[in-house]
Amino acid sequence: MTRTDKNAVEVRGLVKHYGETKALDGVDLDVREGTVLGVLGPNGAGKTTLVRCLSTLIVPDAGHATVAGYDVVRQPRQLRRTIGLTGQYASVDEKLSGWENLYMIGRLLDLSRKDARRRAEELLERFSLTEAAKRPAGQYSGGMRRRLDLAASMIGRPAVLYLDEPTTGLDPRTRNEVWEEVRRMVTEGATVLLTTQYMEEAEQLASELTVIDRGRVIAGGAVDELKAKVGGRTLQIRPSDPAQLAAMARAVTEAGLDGVGGASAVPDEGRLYVPILSDEQLTAVVGVLSTHGFRIAHIGTHLPSLDEVFLAITGGKTPPAPVGTTIPEEVAA
Amino acid sequence: MNAATVTAPAAVPSTEGRIGLRANLRHIGALVRRNIMQIKQDPESMFDVLLMPIVFTLLFVYVFGGAISGKGNQDVYVNYVVPGLMAMMGLSIAMAVGTGINDDFRKGVMDRFRTMPIARSSVLVAKIVVEVGRMLVAIAILLGVGFLLGLEIKTSVLELLGAVGLSLVFGASLTWIFILLGLTMKTAQAVQGMAMLVLMPLQFGSSIFTPPSTMPGWLESFTEYNPLSNLADAARALINGGPVAHSVWMTLGWAAAITVVTAPLAIARFRKKT
Repeated sequence: MTRTDKNAVEVRGLVKHYGETKALDGVDLDVREGTVLGVLGPNGAGKTTLVRCLSTLIVPDAGHATVAGYDVVRQPRQLRRTIGLTGQYASVDEKLSGWENLYMIGRLLDLSRKDARRRAEELLERFSLTEAAKRPAGQYSGGMRRRLDLAASMIGRPAVLYLDEPTTGLDPRTRNEVWEEVRRMVTEGATVLLTTQYMEEAEQLASELTVIDRGRVIAGGAVDELKAKVGGRTLQIRPSDPAQLAAMARAVTEAGLDGVGGASAVPDEGRLYVPILSDEQLTAVVGVLSTHGFRIAHIGTHLPSLDEVFLAITGGKTPPAPVGTTIPEEVAA
Repeated sequence: MNAATVTAPAAVPSTEGRIGLRANLRHIGALVRRNIMQIKQDPESMFDVLLMPIVFTLLFVYVFGGAISGKGNQDVYVNYVVPGLMAMMGLSIAMAVGTGINDDFRKGVMDRFRTMPIARSSVLVAKIVVEVGRMLVAIAILLGVGFLLGLEIKTSVLELLGAVGLSLVFGASLTWIFILLGLTMKTAQAVQGMAMLVLMPLQFGSSIFTPPSTMPGWLESFTEYNPLSNLADAARALINGGPVAHSVWMTLGWAAAITVVTAPLAIARFRKKT
């Protein structure tokens, strides 16, 4: 099953409307077998609707999609045998213990009693939940819950795994644990469709990215390509004299350095922002500023946030919906 | 991006991937186990089943018993009301399913079930199996209390079991109604309110508690068509003797009709619920 030239997931023109709200408005994407596709977008972008369509929970209004060769609308039964789902919505039974949850899912996937028991124990062990095996899942910590979710979705050894915002709401340490597990699944040959709001998460796990907003794909490609487009990092420069900000921005922009995006001055913060791709460009920017005789008080770099990715991709024409925006509000925009 | 063909394997017959009967039973078994484990985890959820038959029997026998059968004749009323309460147990327990399922179905685990290769009906069937089990426990306790208060089986154990079986069959059909309600209403409270509105008249406008011959004519004719009366009359005849056929057939007819109408609707509702 691990022929890498084949697509495990193919989505063409997928549309799902809820009344006036266009949750999905013609989405195209591919996930090659054995790879991780990151679907990046703010809250309400349509990520979860996409996952729900691809896992047969909802029927799209138009377009089509296949997973492992099965059509989501016409062959839902076969399709369900090939997928695993973890996320905000598909979860475990809180009243059941970790062991009972995994055993039940094993039985529902037609494992024999013995195999279901063995698989449950194997996965509890692997996800470091053996000690908590007998406790109700409702008493688990956030990280343990997420690990149990992952274990549950892996019982049937799915060919395609959907991870719907797997680390939303987790602290950084637990997030790292979940990332470790996802990486391990991928090295074992799983194909993963990962939705996330975090650029960092997409960078950590995915080889390819699709950026969606308001139900539309607004950018896609290899993570490196997209980073090049967005500017890998942003240089933050604080001049000694804030009055010179505009002049500095002009100087950098006019220098036309290769691979350096346009500089933007933010007077409120007293900072200049310059997207760059490499260390050489950092040096070059500083060089330009020094030949013009500007004095720099502080300099730093940071990875682009999702908002900045959106600004870069859309050229600032459609500001991203702020985090926390719900779908209906988006439509009003 | 990859421009590979998107044609789905067209030759696949639509029945492929269908769940066989044995697999279906296994899935229902696993889901019944889930429900039982939930009860084990939360024993309070059995309180209604354990206490309702005790409280209701005592209440009705001692509060209404004297008024209906004459002071000091409560034991006569026991033989009247206990078979009637068998009908009520099924109704009350089925009603609780409506509120329970509404809560249960808003949790994420239902989404996981619906993305698994199992018949979606099996989730609902498992629920009904468990509820029928709960009804059986309630009826057993009801009969136990009844015997303590002087209930007399004037027929045979076989006929008593027949009365129990009939109550369970009818109770199962009622459960479909409340599952449908639970899946249709937005909140558990709405289900509760709706259920009360329908149930109070049905319960009291029946032969469960009092002989309909004491009611005004229009109400008496209503009770004749009330399925709860049919069940109460059937259970009464099976325990106390008397003509059985009409009320038993009426009850079975109602149970079949209710199931045929509400079960497919409930399953369709469950399938579409997002």
